[in-house]
Amino acid sequence: MSDDFAISVRGITKRFGARTVVDNFDMDVPRGSIYGFLGPNGSGKTTTIRIMCGLLTADGGDGSCLGYDIRTQSARIKENVGYMTQRFSLYEDLTIRENLDFVARMYRMKGRRAAVEHALEDLGLADRAGQLAGTLSGGWKQRLALAACMLHKPALLLLDEPTAGVDPKARRDFWDEIRRLSAAGVTVLVSTHYMDEAVQCDYIAYIAYGKKLIAGPSHEIPAMIGLHTWRVQGPDLSALEAELRATPGVEQVARFGAVLHVSGTDAAALEAVAKAGMARGLHRWQKKDAELEEAFIYLMASASDNFSRDDAPEVKAGAAA
Amino acid sequence: MIGFSLGRFWAVLAKEFVQMRRDRLTFGMMVGIPIFQLLLFGFAINTDPHHLPTLVEIVDDGPLTRAVLAGMETSEYFAFVGRVDGIEAGERALRDGTANFVVVVPQGFERDVVRGRSPEILVSADASDPVAVGSAMSALSGILERAIEQTLSGALATAPATPAPFSITLHRQFNPEQVSSVNTVPGLLAVILAMTMVLITAVAIVRETERGTMESLIATPVRPFEVMLGKILPYVFVGYVQTAVFLIAADLLFDVPFLGSHWAFFLGFNLYIVVNLALGFLISTLVRTQMQAMQASFFTILPTILLSGFMFPFAGMPGWAQALGTAIPATHYLRLVRKVMLKGATMADITGDMAAIGVILAVVVLFAMLRYRQTLD
Repeated sequence: MSDDFAISVRGITKRFGARTVVDNFDMDVPRGSIYGFLGPNGSGKTTTIRIMCGLLTADGGDGSCLGYDIRTQSARIKENVGYMTQRFSLYEDLTIRENLDFVARMYRMKGRRAAVEHALEDLGLADRAGQLAGTLSGGWKQRLALAACMLHKPALLLLDEPTAGVDPKARRDFWDEIRRLSAAGVTVLVSTHYMDEAVQCDYIAYIAYGKKLIAGPSHEIPAMIGLHTWRVQGPDLSALEAELRATPGVEQVARFGAVLHVSGTDAAALEAVAKAGMARGLHRWQKKDAELEEAFIYLMASASDNFSRDDAPEVKAGAAA
Repeated sequence: MIGFSLGRFWAVLAKEFVQMRRDRLTFGMMVGIPIFQLLLFGFAINTDPHHLPTLVEIVDDGPLTRAVLAGMETSEYFAFVGRVDGIEAGERALRDGTANFVVVVPQGFERDVVRGRSPEILVSADASDPVAVGSAMSALSGILERAIEQTLSGALATAPATPAPFSITLHRQFNPEQVSSVNTVPGLLAVILAMTMVLITAVAIVRETERGTMESLIATPVRPFEVMLGKILPYVFVGYVQTAVFLIAADLLFDVPFLGSHWAFFLGFNLYIVVNLALGFLISTLVRTQMQAMQASFFTILPTILLSGFMFPFAGMPGWAQALGTAIPATHYLRLVRKVMLKGATMADITGDMAAIGVILAVVVLFAMLRYRQTLD
């Protein structure tokens, strides 16, 4: 496996009973990058992350994580990876300092006390170190959890929906921190539902029902899908939106504030629709490059079309950061 | 164990103690349950009841009758609460529970005794609760015999009944006064430890899984063995505290003797604590939530109380129930504690019980190991 990749796995498969949760999954995460892991609920993101850090054993496939074999060297991987779970999973009945101290002891850190004090200073929680972790607000809990999994200075961070249920301000602060870490050379694999978070990633993989649908550098994703988009502005967009949805050649209409993004994969057909619209003179039509937002909405729609199931995919369209 | 880190084990242990200290309810339960049970079982339960309400129907009065009644009263088993007239009144009293016994002295009793016609005194007992009236009934014939013998002294001592060709000497060993608490209290140690050790261990381990902290924990380099040991050892300490509370109470409140070897007691209760912790650990591998852990633990407590010989005599149970009882650690520990405390047993006397607990421990540990997973699979 190449040293350029923090994670490089091939053909990862995981079954729970008769259900295949992760199906023949490949992934290469370049060192030092922020790698976004996207997909609807229940698509196998958490399972994949757990396999990477040795919490689950894969039924098939192999690969390496930080140069260690994910099947046989999970002990070494655990020493060098920071894993932040979806749920707050520090001890609510321990104080902030006790939690950090406990984690530091688990990694047998040298200079433990200094590291804990340092982390407390960084968090700005030094004067509240004696407070029980359970009494913190959602945003603080998540910052504490991040500090805890960064305590042993891991080379790779695995973040499983770290910002679920956290307010927008706290999310922005959190992502500032992620970018700072990434700049310092830490590789970050982060799973998320939020599109405004996805656009901040260097690379993206989209997974649905255990299968990888697409992966690549984030700026190339729209081109990889081959999506063309027109931007529409003008009065009474709701009526136009309904009309366009029924128009052949238009595969997707998404509303962003006071504009519509009208997309399709057939450039010629879409252009014809645009021309007709311009001829009416009511709205302003502008051709634009397809962006990640449209690409994700398109991916989500196709994922739910391909696999119509009860647990319909859910993606939250967050406000662009 | 390869890669075992004393530091990590110690950290888990310390964390567990801190959590235990902050969880007031559980901590209170660990100390409160033994004390509460000791007081209830020790003071409230008595299988040898005295002063049972008794009615008399005296048709023939005389010195013999008075001697018989006085003898019954001084035995303290019977407390005369009044007189009745006629069989029906007596039966009604038994039925509605105002009396446990009705004694009928028949017409011409005095005369018939003197003439050697061996008249019959009728004692009707409410046997719907055999335990309540049992001791009094078995004491009855001795009481009457003595009372009549003493009164029939002197001239009236016509040929007393020919003496039996042999006599029985009864030694009530180990608990001569048949004090219930002497029997119940040592048995309680077995029940208290079983109740709290199994429950607390199972809940403490499942709590990590339920709250999601187990996931972060096993994502660190910590070894499963370190987690297991660090989580279980604090509860061994709890077991020690409970046993200490128990021993002090047994001595100060109930005057339960401690005749046997202290070493035998110490080894026995350590083994017993370990087997209960292992059982709690096994339960924790079978359930997903603290609620389920609690229910499963209570499921083990019922047979521990009923089939171990704690509440009801083991020898009185049918074969299948005895077989079930034999599989319960409390059955063997109960015998061990009673032997050591009441009968003065030493190491040599308890090897059989220790071996039995050892076998149960081996089976429980085997199952627990088969069920235990290092990963989240």
